[in-house]
Amino acid sequence: MIEFDQAAVSKRLQPATLTLTERHIGVIGLNGSGKSTLARLINGLVEPTSGRVLVDGLDTTKDGPKVRRKVGFLFTDPSAQLVMPTVIEDITLSLRNHHKNKHERREAALATLERFGQTDLAERSVHQLSGGQRQLVALASVLAIEPDVLIADEPTTLLDLRNARLVGDLLLSLEQQLVLVTHDLDLAARCERVLVVHEGAIQFDGDPFEAVRFYRANV
Amino acid sequence: MSQLSLLGLYYEKDTMLHRLRPGVKLVLLFALSLSVVIVREAWFSVLALVVVLLGVGLARMSWSDLWRSIRFVVLMLTVLAMYHAWQNGISHAVAVVVGLLALIVAASLLTATTAAADLIDTITRTLQPFRRIGVNPEAVGLAFSLVLRFIPDVAERAFETREAARARGLDRSIRAYMTPLTIRVVARAQTMGEALQARGIGEDEN
Repeated sequence: MIEFDQAAVSKRLQPATLTLTERHIGVIGLNGSGKSTLARLINGLVEPTSGRVLVDGLDTTKDGPKVRRKVGFLFTDPSAQLVMPTVIEDITLSLRNHHKNKHERREAALATLERFGQTDLAERSVHQLSGGQRQLVALASVLAIEPDVLIADEPTTLLDLRNARLVGDLLLSLEQQLVLVTHDLDLAARCERVLVVHEGAIQFDGDPFEAVRFYRANV
Repeated sequence: MSQLSLLGLYYEKDTMLHRLRPGVKLVLLFALSLSVVIVREAWFSVLALVVVLLGVGLARMSWSDLWRSIRFVVLMLTVLAMYHAWQNGISHAVAVVVGLLALIVAASLLTATTAAADLIDTITRTLQPFRRIGVNPEAVGLAFSLVLRFIPDVAERAFETREAARARGLDRSIRAYMTPLTIRVVARAQTMGEALQARGIGEDEN
């Protein structure tokens, strides 16, 4: 469960009080509206300047590392997120804190790749991957540690239609609670609840179709 | 990424140099660097270069690949050589420039014969005793991998920036090239730091 208790970031986000329990939560809004700030508050990448953000009762400011172990974050640009030379090394890096044994770590990394049908990419350099493959590998890296919540910040913006569809479908099929920041309104409409962020404030919160209609009418 | 691929190019082969333990190769590279700098004599630098080139042959590295990755460096070294020859005489110029070239080729020889992961494991293992004085071996190892990972990335960004400058007819302006490139690389470093933090890497205290 994600709770915002009068959480605000000065000049970027006005105080917001929210309780997010739905499995899929969409966040839509213009560029610079504060969507990303809202998303980054949930895993403590951005700390509230007033108020609190709690994930399963853990304060993102006081328990940052613990919160980040529960909350995975998928970025728009996967090449910024993949930090190791090869795919398997990158996934192994995620698992560092979970498996002390090098061999176990590798096995776990391979198991994660297998789950996403990417086993053949294991030894590939992250430079050789296509955009879609990169985003899938980045997702595998994030999900390797089995977080409870996944935040995705415009995960399909850089992808072509086929890959965007693939990544979108995959995200919605995960067992994790998903907070999906997106410009893809069709994808947002598939969530159970959608927030519309405008000029640093949550201006609509509720039914996805109503939210998309509200957004279209107010741009 | 032709010029900047100096590092991060591992050629899988089965030669004596490939089989040599990464730690031994690192020590040899270190010893060579130190001796070239300390001796600083023309004959010694030439000898060092000959030895390193023999190593290149032994490792069955492709000469044309080697040339392609160092030709830009050779160009800069030529300029440096002319300066030194003018300021300090020919033999000093040879000592410095040939020595530098030997070390650069030796470093490419190391990366060409050693897989990045093995190199990083060795560094991490070697630094374990320094844990007591506050060194975090994993962090140092991670820093090395990040360097290897991001050299081609920076090269890609450099290429992009050059294209952008060209598209605006600013081919010859160093400012139109270096300023945005610097900003892009720093911005990239920030995003990367954010991504590392989001993945909880480097937060293993508790």
